[in-house]
Amino acid sequence: MSGQTIHTTYRGAVRAAIRDALDRDERVFLMGEDVGRYGGCYAVSKGLYDDYGPERIRDTPLSECGFTGAGIGAAMGGMRPIVEIMTVNFSLLALDQIVNNAATLRHMSGGQLSVPVVIRMATGAGKQLAAQHSHSLEAWYAHVPGLKVAAPATLEDARGMLWSALEDPDPVVLFEHVMLYNREGDLAADAGPVPITGAAVRREGTDVSLITYGGCLFKTLDAAEALAADGISAEVIDLRSLRPLDDATVVASVAKTHRAVVIDEGWRTGSLAAEVSARIMEQAFWELDAPVGRVCSTEVPIPYPKHLEDAAVPQAPDIIAAAKTALAR
Amino acid sequence: MTDTQPTSGIPRAHKLHLSREHALHLLKEMLRIRAFEERCAELYTEEKIRGFLHLYSGEEAIAVGVMKALDATDAVVATYREHGHALARGLPMDRLMAEMYGKQDGVSRGRGGSMHLFDAKRRFYGGSAIVAGGIPLAVGLALADQMQDRAQVTACFFGEGAAAEGAFHESLNLAALWRLPVLFVCENNRYAMGTALERSESETDIARKAACYQIPSVALDGMDVIAIEAAAREAVTEIRAGGGPRFLECRTYRFRAHSMFDAQLYRDKAEVEAWKQKGPILRFRHWLEETGMLDAETAGRLDAEIEREIAAAVDFAESGDWEPVENLTCDVCTKA
Ligand SMILES: Cc1ncc(C[n+]2csc(CCOP(=O)(O)OP(=O)(O)O)c2C)c(N)n1
Repeated sequence: MSGQTIHTTYRGAVRAAIRDALDRDERVFLMGEDVGRYGGCYAVSKGLYDDYGPERIRDTPLSECGFTGAGIGAAMGGMRPIVEIMTVNFSLLALDQIVNNAATLRHMSGGQLSVPVVIRMATGAGKQLAAQHSHSLEAWYAHVPGLKVAAPATLEDARGMLWSALEDPDPVVLFEHVMLYNREGDLAADAGPVPITGAAVRREGTDVSLITYGGCLFKTLDAAEALAADGISAEVIDLRSLRPLDDATVVASVAKTHRAVVIDEGWRTGSLAAEVSARIMEQAFWELDAPVGRVCSTEVPIPYPKHLEDAAVPQAPDIIAAAKTALAR
Repeated sequence: MTDTQPTSGIPRAHKLHLSREHALHLLKEMLRIRAFEERCAELYTEEKIRGFLHLYSGEEAIAVGVMKALDATDAVVATYREHGHALARGLPMDRLMAEMYGKQDGVSRGRGGSMHLFDAKRRFYGGSAIVAGGIPLAVGLALADQMQDRAQVTACFFGEGAAAEGAFHESLNLAALWRLPVLFVCENNRYAMGTALERSESETDIARKAACYQIPSVALDGMDVIAIEAAAREAVTEIRAGGGPRFLECRTYRFRAHSMFDAQLYRDKAEVEAWKQKGPILRFRHWLEETGMLDAETAGRLDAEIEREIAAAVDFAESGDWEPVENLTCDVCTKA
């Protein structure tokens, strides 16, 4: 480490990661709707078109199924595509290609084929975009064997996970929560790749484990801060990788705190929170002093008005309340 | 595609016989939409309206012209750029404005906002924000009409960007194969967000694409409300008579940004200005003045009426209530 830092945003960190990948490997190209001339719907790829040109920063028509499938095919053909889908709701038009092709081809071909594609997309609520632009469907992708799924939440991960994902021989889906793009902070000037597997302990604590990922990480850290003021020491775990899940880090934390709450912007039924809590039950049942708590989105298509949108997704007070329930406080 | 002229116009014989009353009505409908949109833009900067806001300024002739050809029992499916369609369909402006605010008196109880306007009573089926997502719905509504022997038509609006999606092609094929009563209306405003048509389509003539599915298709000057109404009436008559789907490609231009987040670096100001000179309201207004159908007094009266209607709509929205948080999970499914 040089010790030098740069002030940047999450958006800027993703952009730096794409730039870095384009520079490192000429097989890498970015493709998606309005990623080129327009600079990306969330401005992630702004400026890249001018520097790398239309071949490598490739605008596509509104054809999610077609261009995602083409990314999968190009990956099989020796390229290293980064496919950008504007938001997870639109990725449903490409779900067939991702689930039926990308995820199956290695196994179904008897191990002959490899699909080293990276699919990035925005996810989540918070911008009052209502029920066709705001959902968190990470769990659907994490359900599928053959895929790897990660959710960078910090600047370091936004900067570092893309290259690891591209080096991975399997298809990787990266989720970028819309409320993270504008987050600012300092990043080491020489920040480099970070693994796409493994959870991270973001705050150490002894009383309760708060387990989360993506857009909920900073709400959870805020909750932990507020809990500290009440004399409760919360440990915050950022799952980072949603498939595979890092059971060891979660179980080690629960073995220390004996209480856990999982915070997840997905809907409760069939959520990642459900999966994590089942694994804690399977692997650390005798460590628990209380049932595993869950803070998830209310089971409703995300509504437009701010007060209802806020009420529908996890907020710091909900997390604080769930932690206190786990502690019977 | 650089030509501005449609590839095939409508035959003169089908021009409407236009009464002054009807002409002024068309003008007023377009003016209402323009004024509503411009007010929405202001309200967005005041942060009264949030989320994504896609304005219809410049494209008014299409919704107004097509709606005139429909009966109250016909159905309408639109996109996220649908304020104009909702107004032209007769949804009350005050409840539309309340929806923009997210108030519970809105047409969708405030839950949808700008992109999700609905009115089942008026057979206005939204309000879909997935590009091309409404097109299969229109096919299904028409299928239900056909299977129940109702002589109803479903009008389906979408942008030219939708023509790149699979749902567009699958839907056109189904509608043609089953001879369904659908009026497809493509609002070709030349840009899908920042992507110009010629950068996204190998065949830029959208009407020709539709024709490949054996759907009688015409390309129209989307800035000419009379031409659109005439073509829509003719198409609706044929559809209602059992002739199967029809396709109108209306060539137009959006005067404003794609949404309120768009810096519009992909087109130059001169291009926008040139199109504004060809705008549907400006042109129709001039024509009405030339033919003596519109005088200054009438114009002033129309403007004043619209201003009052907008002011009342804003008041209604301002004074409306928010939906109580306890209602958050209402209507997700019917109660068991
Ligand atoms: C399936 C899907 N992909 C992407 C988007 C994002 N998006 C919203 S509108 C739009 C452009 C659509 O252009 P067009 O169909 O021509 O209609 P216009 O907005 O010009 O009226 C895009 C890319 C979306 N809403 N749905």
